[in-house]
Amino acid sequence: MSRILPYLLSGISVGGQYALISIGYTMVYGILRLINFAHGDIFTVAGLLMVYAAATMPLYISAPLVIILTIILGVLVEKVAYKPLRTAPRMSVMISAIGMSYLLQNTMWYLTGGLAKKYPTLPWISDKINVGGTTTSRVTLITPFLTVILVIFLVMLIKKTKIGMAMRAASRDFETAQLMGVKVDSVVSFTFIVGSGLAAVGSMLYFTNYATVTPVVGAMPGLKAFVAAVFGGIGSIPGAVIGGFIIGICESFIKGASWTTFSDAFTFGLLIVILGVKPTGLFGESLTEKV
Amino acid sequence: MLKIENLHVSYGGIRALRGISLEVPDGKIVTLIGANGAGKSTMLRTISGLVKAESGSIKWNDKELVGLSIDKVIASGIAMAPEGRRVFSDMTVLENLRMGAYLRNDKDGIEKDIQRVYELFPRLKERNWQLAGTLSGGEQQMLAVGRALTSRPQLIMLDEPSLGLAPLVVQDIFAIIREINKTGTTVLLIEQNANMALKTADLAYVLETGNITMSGTGAELLVNEKVKEAYLGKHKN
Repeated sequence: MSRILPYLLSGISVGGQYALISIGYTMVYGILRLINFAHGDIFTVAGLLMVYAAATMPLYISAPLVIILTIILGVLVEKVAYKPLRTAPRMSVMISAIGMSYLLQNTMWYLTGGLAKKYPTLPWISDKINVGGTTTSRVTLITPFLTVILVIFLVMLIKKTKIGMAMRAASRDFETAQLMGVKVDSVVSFTFIVGSGLAAVGSMLYFTNYATVTPVVGAMPGLKAFVAAVFGGIGSIPGAVIGGFIIGICESFIKGASWTTFSDAFTFGLLIVILGVKPTGLFGESLTEKV
Repeated sequence: MLKIENLHVSYGGIRALRGISLEVPDGKIVTLIGANGAGKSTMLRTISGLVKAESGSIKWNDKELVGLSIDKVIASGIAMAPEGRRVFSDMTVLENLRMGAYLRNDKDGIEKDIQRVYELFPRLKERNWQLAGTLSGGEQQMLAVGRALTSRPQLIMLDEPSLGLAPLVVQDIFAIIREINKTGTTVLLIEQNANMALKTADLAYVLETGNITMSGTGAELLVNEKVKEAYLGKHKN
């Protein structure tokens, strides 16, 4: 047990971070049927923003500020790259998403000069603590709880509130939702607000474990969160969360068995297997609909 | 009153409506009959704002609807039950009805109107908590109509409410359409089932390839030889 525990802890923690990112993928897909390839880069931008914000501000100001700025970026990306293409074929929107991803990445290259920026040590959450005989940082413990709390909050929001009901309606039938008076643009904006906000929280938890941020460093966790969303069934929030945790834990154990080289290969191998065996994932919406 | 003048609409490269003019007087049941592809659905979709008009005007209580966003049209007192029912299949019956009242904020009023829908369709009340996707076709149609009613519209537009339903259920639906109309709601009804539609309607228009070719009271068109031949399946002896 004492040999497994550290890997389990770090797996759950990384899994929670994947989960927070993957919600953004899955929600946007649910509403727009679009894979927002820029989502991983928005996650990276949040990391860089924290580098600059934490240099001059205390955490209780920098953290909310970074979340707000990331949300603004997410909504802006939607307005610039996706909204004008609302009636365009899906392929065009996808290309626009890929373009947006590279635009963000290259802007970051330009602004940082390609240098790795030192990620700040966030007080309290990066403190070392002792759990069952293993030393770990506090963020490892906080991540899964924070993730679960945020997800429960989000699920309640979608189940109980009016905007949540509008989201569910729009994800099922865009046009009929409009006939009920739902302003689809506000629903879409709201989706990007939630997705980007959670990505910002995820980025703080994720980068705390790393020394530096570079413009491309978010690409890999972004892709893995995407795999998590597909694994859980794209469009499903609980699916994305469970997918995130499963991938995080599996990777951690693979690393623990000293096959670190293969941990990425495992995740993407999983993607191929899912797409082959059960493309709708664990909780994906079934494709058959009663007409 | 809804007053449409010289309306032109192109849709996917096809000139779907070519200068339509028609009136829907308050408190009446007006029907638009015509074959598949005549432009009937396009008509309703244009009124609701889902499709953009090319030229012409749609006046609703003397207010121009062309160019308004869909939510503004709905807020002005128009509701639509779309073709193929389009209920939100993974939401409950009650949630579907709540969606219909999406633009309203008077909680008590909404509850009252939901109760009214349940009185109109007791079957829906029994299935209150059931997911809409599990309802039968007829029940889904009732829900689509009920959902349109919870916005408390002055004008309700029904697109092919009898499509794919058993004859007995069709009778029920039409009885309810008359019931809805009695409470003061204007009805604009699109149908392929010309026989039922003409029997129900006060006023009727015949739409052929984007043009209105005939109009009159329901009773008049019901005995019109051309209508009989083309839409009622009765040949001259």
